[in-house]
Amino acid sequence: MHMGSVSQNLHLEISKIRNDFPILSKKVNGKPLVYFDNAATTQRPAQVIEAIDSFYRETNSNVYRGVHELSERATEQFELAREKVAKFINAKSPNEIIFVRGTTEAINLVAYSYGKKLVKGNRVLLSFMEHHSNVVPWQFLHEKGVELDYVDITDDGRLKLEDYYRLMSDQTKIVSMTHVSNVLGTVNPVSELAKIAHEKGSLILVDGAQSIPHLSIDVQEMDCDFFAFSGHKMFGPTGIGVLYAKESILEQMDPFMGGGSIIKEVQLDHSTWNDLPYKFEAGTPNIAGAIGLGTAIDYLKAIGMENIRKVGKELIKYALEALPKVGGIELYGPDDPRDRVEVFSFNLPKIHAHDVASIANDFGVAIRSGHHCAQPLMRRLGVPATSRASLYAYNTREEIDVFVKSLEKVKEVFN
Amino acid sequence: MDMYAENILDHYKNPRNFGRLNNPTGTYKDSNPLCGDEVEIQLQLSGDNIGNITFTGRGCAISQATTSMLTEQLKGKDIDYVKKLTQQDIISMLGISIGPTRMKCALLGLRTLQKGLWGMNADDLTT
Repeated sequence: MHMGSVSQNLHLEISKIRNDFPILSKKVNGKPLVYFDNAATTQRPAQVIEAIDSFYRETNSNVYRGVHELSERATEQFELAREKVAKFINAKSPNEIIFVRGTTEAINLVAYSYGKKLVKGNRVLLSFMEHHSNVVPWQFLHEKGVELDYVDITDDGRLKLEDYYRLMSDQTKIVSMTHVSNVLGTVNPVSELAKIAHEKGSLILVDGAQSIPHLSIDVQEMDCDFFAFSGHKMFGPTGIGVLYAKESILEQMDPFMGGGSIIKEVQLDHSTWNDLPYKFEAGTPNIAGAIGLGTAIDYLKAIGMENIRKVGKELIKYALEALPKVGGIELYGPDDPRDRVEVFSFNLPKIHAHDVASIANDFGVAIRSGHHCAQPLMRRLGVPATSRASLYAYNTREEIDVFVKSLEKVKEVFN
Repeated sequence: MDMYAENILDHYKNPRNFGRLNNPTGTYKDSNPLCGDEVEIQLQLSGDNIGNITFTGRGCAISQATTSMLTEQLKGKDIDYVKKLTQQDIISMLGISIGPTRMKCALLGLRTLQKGLWGMNADDLTT
């Protein structure tokens, strides 16, 4: 196949990236690992693993609570990580960056703390492509009489914008929607959604768990009120994530969890709250995790988010040519690489997703199967489950070829 | 590839005792939330004896084939026999090695009956 110089350079770049990931040279079932489960969690580069290791070996101490040397250094590194996050998503200030365990906790924080302000009859606007973590926390508000609305999707897996306009009411107090679908790979027009939400007097939370690995994020340009994401889907560690929120909104919200760090003064019967962002960070935080996330951001920036997107689009083009050759395959999500990321959900006729994934596993190919924590979407698509191959910046065309070969084998076994 | 041994594929493609009974003594239904596997098993009892047993369902090859094999094994047995069946019995019946995740698929049929008949939970299942 002819390759232009651009893709040739990318090709070189990818083999360099692969060398940074120790796990990618491992074998699974005697075959080279083809890791296509990045939407669940990515692998970590040696740089991130070493940053965590070196923190525990050389700097480990609690933050804010000591005046001794190690505590000062740990605090400094922890706050440096916060600054890196703030710059990475172009927040106005590090005070707008709250460290949490992950996207799930970030959304729960907003549903709880902002949810406290909602009253009977208020509505929350979601969509059919939301992950359970962006459905269930809002369902907790049912008991106070808050109702949920769901924006439908089109046949090719995009948000039905007319549905969005239709469901946006005076009672809608917050829109909570995914930036990129973890099943369909669809990129939603979040800037437009934010504009409409604000015109109607609603806030908007953008679930960035699946977009932050693939797209350059600028929260000011997007003009979202909240943006939530997890470290482990972007080369960082598990157990660390971020809630970005506009400072003025955070100031009006009560804490989510009670504990140390969040207080200014504790009396016997009440307390007063600390400044941002500490008001929302009860308990000893995941210090090593935050430092690891900061290193992951350094790593992503060194590659360049534009380059990551470029590689992604090449992989999408290649996969969308290769996969339909597997006869009978049903692929979900948009065709245009501009409207999606390299996450591919599919089904083979009359073969259950788990059986597909089990046979792919024999080829060393790691894909996911099941409902992907998106049961409303599965029901909307009319399927019990899908298989999902989710790629990222270190994956190659050759790996897609191995994957396609494994799918041919699936068909052979079951026909 | 051993997971998809010939007998398993045969039971998956041509499930035995597949369908519903006209006047069942009991109908037991359960699903595996992990993968959305579903089975519904119906029994026709004469006294304590399983005179007839059928199932319907949808899901992966392991869950459907195991349930099909189970119905074959249970027909004509006393109901107490079902209570005593263990995870190890199911593994022996399948004759394949199976990981912890897929084990849930393999146990779906048996669990449906044990839970439906005696309220036994997954934890009560003897390994």
